[in-house]
Amino acid sequence: MSGTPATPGIPAAPAPADTAARLTGLVRALRGHGLRIGPAETVDAAAVLDVLGLTDREQMRAGLAAALLRSEGQRPVFDASFDLFFPLGIGTPEAVRNSPPPVPDDPEPPRFGRPDPLRDQLRERLAAALAADDRAAQARLAGEVVEAFGRYGTGGTPGSDGWSAHQALGRLAPETLLARILAALRQQGADDLSDRVLADEIRRRIRDFRSLVSGEARRRVAELRGAERIAERAVAPTADRIDFLAAGRDQLAELRRTVHPLARKLATRLAARRRRAARGRIDLRRTLRRSLGTGGVPLRPAYRLRRPARPELVLLCDVSGSVAGFADFTMLLVRAMSEQFSKVRAFAFVNRTAEVTDLLRRGQDDPARLAARILAEAEVMGYHGNSDYGSALGDFADHHLDAVGPRTCVLVLGDARNNHRDPNPEALRRIAARARRVFWLNPEHPGLWGTGDSAAPAYADVVEMHDCRNARRLGELIARLLPV
Amino acid sequence: MTSGSSGANSGGGANGGGTGFFTSVADTAERLAATGYLASTAVATTVFLADRLGKPLLVEGPAGVGKTELAKAVAELGAARLVRLQCYEGIDEARALYEWNHAKQLLRITAGRDEGWDQARGDIFGEEFLLTRPLLTAIRGEEPTVLLIDEMDKADVEVEALLLEVLSDFQVTVPELGTITASRRPFVLLTSNATRELSEALRRRCLFLHLDYPDAELERRIVRLKVPGLDDTLAASLVRVVGALRALELRKAPSVAETIDWARTLLALGADTLDDAVVRDTLGVILKHQDDIRKAAQKLTLA
Repeated sequence: MSGTPATPGIPAAPAPADTAARLTGLVRALRGHGLRIGPAETVDAAAVLDVLGLTDREQMRAGLAAALLRSEGQRPVFDASFDLFFPLGIGTPEAVRNSPPPVPDDPEPPRFGRPDPLRDQLRERLAAALAADDRAAQARLAGEVVEAFGRYGTGGTPGSDGWSAHQALGRLAPETLLARILAALRQQGADDLSDRVLADEIRRRIRDFRSLVSGEARRRVAELRGAERIAERAVAPTADRIDFLAAGRDQLAELRRTVHPLARKLATRLAARRRRAARGRIDLRRTLRRSLGTGGVPLRPAYRLRRPARPELVLLCDVSGSVAGFADFTMLLVRAMSEQFSKVRAFAFVNRTAEVTDLLRRGQDDPARLAARILAEAEVMGYHGNSDYGSALGDFADHHLDAVGPRTCVLVLGDARNNHRDPNPEALRRIAARARRVFWLNPEHPGLWGTGDSAAPAYADVVEMHDCRNARRLGELIARLLPV
Repeated sequence: MTSGSSGANSGGGANGGGTGFFTSVADTAERLAATGYLASTAVATTVFLADRLGKPLLVEGPAGVGKTELAKAVAELGAARLVRLQCYEGIDEARALYEWNHAKQLLRITAGRDEGWDQARGDIFGEEFLLTRPLLTAIRGEEPTVLLIDEMDKADVEVEALLLEVLSDFQVTVPELGTITASRRPFVLLTSNATRELSEALRRRCLFLHLDYPDAELERRIVRLKVPGLDDTLAASLVRVVGALRALELRKAPSVAETIDWARTLLALGADTLDDAVVRDTLGVILKHQDDIRKAAQKLTLA
């Protein structure tokens, strides 16, 4: 796929007449995903298409990315949207149309154990293409696989049919090819150290193939439903807009990769605020006294000096299953920013509270397993495994209150879902009385606060509660709320 | 000096607002390769566009992937003068744009003791007393120029505002002299390691290119080009190992420059295959943190 000019058979781009419409459609879709693109950039993008022409799709992709994007994090959204608005072709891919795979007679997938010659043949060819790292063959196979296995709801009412990558991949199961490809490659290659990384490489190729199939299915659906709708719904959001509570394992891994860039960004903002704050306000009393020397005219204003003390931070995190991803991410982020604070301490709880500062420090080497290690090594659970904010806060107020002082800012992270136990807001009040500031960051939508077993309103009465559903919002809150 | 191209239209002409180094994307890739810079499609396309549209190019990416090299390559193939502004914390107008030569102005005033104030004033704010710094130098040149603003993220936020006039209109305003517009647009390339967020205003004026680690095929070609003596299969497996190491969560992933260093090291050691002993001894060439070395050794299951 990368770098190869479009094959002559496939129309690389739509007719010039609707290029402007497609471009503005693409820009609108990107804006819908939170990218800030002004009319000036759209004009630049049009100039890019004018200069490059519409003959080479990869050049168009690179050119539009240069004009429209402002950071690498926006790239996946752009790529997926680009494929929708400037599709590789229309309908069944040309190469597949020329030699169509035999369409199965009965639409029902064959039951387990029954022979499935088409599937076996496609798997055979996919194994060969993956082993040879042949991108062109893989792209072709993605087209065939979607054509053969991806169709659902044929001939029903309009709007109920479509193409599903999930269905196609479930039938093909490319992951199960790993051992086979490995064995085949090991047989022909001599023993070399680089073979030890072979399994990772094959896994990466399989992952790439999966995204090829997803892209192909999206393209086919977009033809039925219109590119705008699909771009809005089916394109994964940028990492900083992934909902903490809805994030899967892969998305959490992607989030973790943004920890350090985000930490750097926030450090810049905090430093800027600190610089501004250091100028301080005018000290009226000292200015007046100084002005006596100049006959009452305040020539040299005196400023209030600020002590250059950095704030201390205490994190109090719910690490139970429902919100673990959020707590995990926030702890890593704050840890990465630790030089911005004079001291960072982290406490974790499910229904008992334990200090995890050391675990967090060591966890930097292996952030993926941090949450599991906290649950395994810290005493965060009593006799049961359900969240109990009331007793956890009480526990903290009884045993760890010395961690909180007049320079401390406390961040409580959690959804305040208390399993209908006593919320014990009194404990939180005791913490708030000692601390400089206390903020509660809740990963739930404010509309859900107070529904079911949520004790959010009870706590929101005591301390400031903010909703914090994705990394972008977390960044805003940290940059704005924390004292400098 | 104050004439120059009006810019805005990007017509088809070889020099319509752009710098006119290249004729097409393929031409860009070819000529970059001729100077020893192997470019991917994305890089060649973006460089061509920056050249043709006459817009500055902001290149972001990890250290050691060839951001600065790109500017040098463009300067070399265009037979252009390379003007480089190295940014650092605390760089200011006097270091980036221009400065009045105070000592010389004082001398001039002392020398012309008898003349009136008006004449002296007219004289001491002339071209002769202007010390041009990189930005102004690049704007004033008559010959083709490549302006490299290196490590933009190291400079303070205030410097970005200073650059806006230069980047959008290719002009510099000196209050005493008036506005100096480029008679020939320089090819402007800014680099950043993203240690801090650049302002929206600056980003909006540039084309954006994220220069990432090259794919295996391209990196192999780079290694072969830079270290011609190395055996083909060894180069291939070396690139694969480096690729796998980049996929780990390391504190500092090995860059292209380090891949090349490693290749040179292996060549110097006369190694012909990657075996445990060689890799264990030379891992320090590509990884610079003890933690990373430990993690990589674990991954490669070195004894």
